Amino acid sequence: MARAALPGRLTWREATVTGERWETPSARTLILDVPDWPGHLPGQHVDVRLTAPDGYRAQRSYSIASGWSPTAKTVELTVQRVADGEVSPYLADTIEVGEQLELRGPVGGWFVWRETQPAPVLLIAGGSGVVPLMAMIRARAEAKAKQPFRLIYSVRTPADACYADELARRVRDDPGLDVRWVYTRTPPAKRIDVATINSYGWPADFTPDCYVCGPTTFVETAADILVALGHDPKRIRTERFGGTS
Amino acid sequence: MAIISRGFGGRRRESVDGLPPGQYLTHDFPVLSAGPTPRIPLDRWHFTITTETGQKTEWNWTEFLALKSEDVTTDIHCVTKWSKLGTTWRGVSLDTLLEDVDTAADYTMVHSFGGYTTNVPLEDLLDSKAWIAYKFDGEDLEPEHGGPARMIVPHLYFWKSAKWVNGLTLMNEDEPGFWEAAGYHMYGDPWLEQRYQGD
Repeated sequence: MARAALPGRLTWREATVTGERWETPSARTLILDVPDWPGHLPGQHVDVRLTAPDGYRAQRSYSIASGWSPTAKTVELTVQRVADGEVSPYLADTIEVGEQLELRGPVGGWFVWRETQPAPVLLIAGGSGVVPLMAMIRARAEAKAKQPFRLIYSVRTPADACYADELARRVRDDPGLDVRWVYTRTPPAKRIDVATINSYGWPADFTPDCYVCGPTTFVETAADILVALGHDPKRIRTERFGGTS
Repeated sequence: MAIISRGFGGRRRESVDGLPPGQYLTHDFPVLSAGPTPRIPLDRWHFTITTETGQKTEWNWTEFLALKSEDVTTDIHCVTKWSKLGTTWRGVSLDTLLEDVDTAADYTMVHSFGGYTTNVPLEDLLDSKAWIAYKFDGEDLEPEHGGPARMIVPHLYFWKSAKWVNGLTLMNEDEPGFWEAAGYHMYGDPWLEQRYQGD
């Protein structure tokens, strides 16, 4: 496998919440101003560190939802609240605009999309696994890249879908972007299967770059189907969310 | 100076002995892999040790299972922040596999079916510190957790415990493997919180 130059040290940075958006009743986007942020690739994540008043600390990783542009200089995280979680309820419900947290990153050089990749792209999202894939869709638009993108997004019901309005707008306005929804709890309820990926993904002959992100069983299923349909395993990048609590 | 988050900490997990800094306890067994899970038929399984001079020692599945096995109970720590305590494995110690291998190298690269690699110093594989495991919790190791056989090097972050292992290359110089080249730490000691390069 290709070797890369080793990157420099990742230091903790102080980030300020400058805005927020509710994506669903249980997922909130925090818009963070991070001074001297070096930029990131879509698909990368950050580590967030919180310190309680008594000094207790906890860290979690969150995918970056935003593309990067030198003019925006912000980092957006979409946090899905995990009911019995420790960090996600604070980020989803408690932290307010104007408050700060510590983060470091960007982290990860594999589950990323670069605009220099010439192949068509197939994105397969399960639930909140859409977050890093949305960053790729946004980065593609910002770069005015022409590689065609298809997103297959499996989610319980339309009310559980993140970014639904933005995706509808982008399907209209971003040339070469297609989105196919799979609802697992809304009649006719279905799960991602061979027929779905065969019909709405790219044929293996097109040698697309495939990105699959979601809960473990979802990712295992989707990646197995891609392999069975003839996609090169080396072109299938996966990221599994256990649900970051 | 750290930023103090008012309103954070109310739902903290119970404190647990045996957790390295920045880790939390899980009772699940999360899965992390860079790509699809490879399915390796046992009649095509092999494990090959290649020394720095190119000498090879190879085992097929039958030969591997005939080696002396050990039961191991150990804590595991993933760089994505979860830890799982008291996991039970059965496997073959790297001491056994390296017993008759003649080498003066200090470093190794672990290789897997599917192309994954990770670097580990040789001394971290010796003296009952590392195994190639083929049973977890008394059952055959499932493919998504690295079956038919995976490395376990539990004193390092778990990405060093390569799934679907098929080989070990001895090297005179340290080189980054798959995640190490993508910014993760060359050594990965969870007690020193060596997650990323420079930690």
